[in-house]
Amino acid sequence: MEDRSLIGKRINRLDGPVKATGQAKYAYDKHLDGLLIAKLVSCPHAHARIKKFDIASAEKMPGVRAIVLMAKEGDEIQWVGAEVAAIAADTEELARDAVAAFRVEYEILPHMVKDEDLTKAGSRVSPSDEKVEGDPDAAFQGSDLVIHEGYYGLNTITHCCLEPHGQVVDWKGDQITVYASTQAVARIGADLAKNLSADPEMGNVAPGQVVILTDHMGGGFGSKFAIDTWGIACAKLSKKSGKPVKLMLDRDQELMVAGGRPSDYANVKVAAKKDGTLVAYQSESWSTSGVGRGGAPPLPYVIEPPNRKSRHLNVATNTGPARAWRAPNHPQAAVLTMCPMTDLAAKLNMDPLDFFKKNAELTVRADVYRSELDKAAELMDWKAKYHAPGDKSAGHIKRGLGLSIHTWGGRAHDSQCRVSIHPDGSVACELASQDLGVGNRTVIGIVLAETMGLPIEAVEVKLGDSRYPPSGASGGSTTVGGVTSSTRRASVKAVEKLKEAVASELGATVDEIEAKDGFLRVKAQPSKRIAWKAACRKLGTRTISEVGEQPDRDGGKLNDSGVGGVQMADVSVDVETGIVRVNKMVAVQDVGLVVSLKTAESQVYGALIMGICSALYEERVYDEMTGKLLNADMEFYKLAGIGDIGELVVHMVTGVYDDRGVIGIGEPPAVSPCAAISNAVANALGVRVPTLPLTPDKVLAALEKGGMA
Amino acid sequence: MSSNKTTQGPENGQQRGKGFSRRTFMQGVGAGSTAVAALAPAAQAAPPPSPVGPGPVPMTLKINGKTHSVRLEPRVTLIDALRNHLDYTGAKKVCDRATCGSCTVIVDGNAVYSCTMLAIEAQGRDIQTIEGFTTPAKMHPVSENFVKHDAQQCGFCTPGFVVACKAFLDKNPNPTMADVEKGLSGNICRCGTYVGVREAALEAAQQVRGGRRGD
Repeated sequence: MEDRSLIGKRINRLDGPVKATGQAKYAYDKHLDGLLIAKLVSCPHAHARIKKFDIASAEKMPGVRAIVLMAKEGDEIQWVGAEVAAIAADTEELARDAVAAFRVEYEILPHMVKDEDLTKAGSRVSPSDEKVEGDPDAAFQGSDLVIHEGYYGLNTITHCCLEPHGQVVDWKGDQITVYASTQAVARIGADLAKNLSADPEMGNVAPGQVVILTDHMGGGFGSKFAIDTWGIACAKLSKKSGKPVKLMLDRDQELMVAGGRPSDYANVKVAAKKDGTLVAYQSESWSTSGVGRGGAPPLPYVIEPPNRKSRHLNVATNTGPARAWRAPNHPQAAVLTMCPMTDLAAKLNMDPLDFFKKNAELTVRADVYRSELDKAAELMDWKAKYHAPGDKSAGHIKRGLGLSIHTWGGRAHDSQCRVSIHPDGSVACELASQDLGVGNRTVIGIVLAETMGLPIEAVEVKLGDSRYPPSGASGGSTTVGGVTSSTRRASVKAVEKLKEAVASELGATVDEIEAKDGFLRVKAQPSKRIAWKAACRKLGTRTISEVGEQPDRDGGKLNDSGVGGVQMADVSVDVETGIVRVNKMVAVQDVGLVVSLKTAESQVYGALIMGICSALYEERVYDEMTGKLLNADMEFYKLAGIGDIGELVVHMVTGVYDDRGVIGIGEPPAVSPCAAISNAVANALGVRVPTLPLTPDKVLAALEKGGMA
Repeated sequence: MSSNKTTQGPENGQQRGKGFSRRTFMQGVGAGSTAVAALAPAAQAAPPPSPVGPGPVPMTLKINGKTHSVRLEPRVTLIDALRNHLDYTGAKKVCDRATCGSCTVIVDGNAVYSCTMLAIEAQGRDIQTIEGFTTPAKMHPVSENFVKHDAQQCGFCTPGFVVACKAFLDKNPNPTMADVEKGLSGNICRCGTYVGVREAALEAAQQVRGGRRGD
């Protein structure tokens, strides 16, 4: 397919200009006449029972238009910051005053907010998952084995979307319009209708009464799939006040309640033969997803020795509940697999590059990983830079290299797309999908324009409106496969109709005509052609409108699932201060056919940078005594800045797996950074810093315990 | 480089020729507070100053060269005045605590976190928001290069970055990569677009130097 003009090329993001000039309107930016601002009343305790609400004092406050309770007297609150009421007022300041005046009497209950020390968790521990393959107990007893045992882990982090969770709801008559910051335009309307119908005060609400609009949204990362309690409360406030209401979470609320990536800690044992062949892996892991239960990390990750056993425990804590975070459970699994395996390689006196290449046999795509390890090593100059664990050079700055490998599915979600060709030559497509900033609009536009043989500027991509044909929620890297397939099918059908309209003039059958370079032309005789607009004029007053679907009922496959991916990190550690800096990272990523190269690369750069954030800085710090989140702000909940990222090299594997079709890219590159960086720090120091984030205190503690300090 | 003590916000560190630090930032805030005291020279000359508020009071704000008369409570921050009362929504409210830079605007030529300045203290000053110097039809070189180098994903931090970058380049027309990293260290992106931002800032600098100004 060398003659593609747009697919696989570096095309500027379609919504780039509106975003880079501040014109893009997000839910948070929405203004409507008479708009009220709502704020949430948050519980200040980690675990408490609501004894009594006193809403009268808040009702009397100036400018208050409506109050909605989000919990009942007698309810148990399970984490600090949990929302118990919402108040709408004329201005943001007055809403805050009313929240301050709102009184709730609580009975404080015992809490637990830390999960790392399992011995303190008592009855809050429950079994989650257990898997055994082969005979691990016997395998670890084998002779001539090198065995490594160690403790590893990583703490809970938050999503910290820059546009907080929230929405504007305008309930007018029978119509409920929701301007939402959501990952699921086609779904949250029905969710809202169901929840409102459950409240007798709201009456029966049909899903068709709700319209969801999401032109742009400021980040989700897996945390914005539901209408959420604040979406329901916002609608109720709009109904009660008769006015449109904006309810966006404050930053502290966003960090306390709007999503965390579960922690994971594990005692791991790994064994290999002296030649480096892995024989057995065993893990005893635990994690918290808040008070509820979360999934178990897939252990061992990617590399599966013949004998393996993993047991996972869930620890219930009074902390903000988990939500999906880019590649759920995979970054944790990568740390709990790639780090102990790297330490085992050290014990074997093997370069981890050689060790992982050798054990690529134990993955389901050995050739992919081997070739990607070679490519990454070349881009990192690994063989020239690598040294055995513990940088022996003089001075207090120690340098090291680490690597990790990963996988993800990324199968296409269901999607419908409607493509229209109008008599004036204009082309548009409509999908109730959403662009989280990943480049969804651009990807769709590329497929549409490529199929029509038009420049990208000639097509219009309409999404973010629940009245368009439905598409799945954007999660799990499922969007790109879904929307490109439905768009491609709708586009092919639509352009066929246009070919029919010009077939007689071109003296050719529909099959003999192609849409290319702005013309409909005879394939065998390209000079026999008719310009796009002239062709469309032949439609008279008729508009072509065709719907394409993923999956296609007649079969056919435009997408696939299952990718590899390798990342390497080069870090410097100051052994006097404990500060870690990333010098360079390399990411090699396959995702089948890359549709939009520029935005795909941006996804990988972004994943590396988010990975640097979580490997080095991000940490939800709870106070054990009070149960409060101590860093519910962006000052102390730290993210990397522009000076913290070093040199980043992204290599998309293109042209090799194109025949597989389109596969999602959001998750895979977000998996490996933590493990790769932790391994690089261990290589620099000659000692493992067991848990992430790799903050200076932990680095210094690890050095003191053993190593080269 | 000269030290400008009234500078608040992202490029403060760059102004001082040292790394951006909490200390230099706090000095900036201190200077900002001084500016509050110096807000109404006439009132200073004729004590005692009459208190205003707590209810809404008339204010006049000069934004992008246009004068806006509003009635706001004295406690309303500049970001809330811009976003909630005047529909200048390019600047975003993200941390609301002078950490992330998403609310960056230019006040009297200096990049300022508009969440840390009261609207009432912005009176009489020249406030420039992103809407004032760049549009999709006529992009400032900074915006143009943010598009070209894909220095944006969700885009919520982007206007703050674009404004900070413009203010930085206005004062540092010939920056190195290290200068860019210091000068834009007061802005935070969650999606991880810094690679594009670095490239965009450097190429925009070249274009601005070459006489291609968007304003």
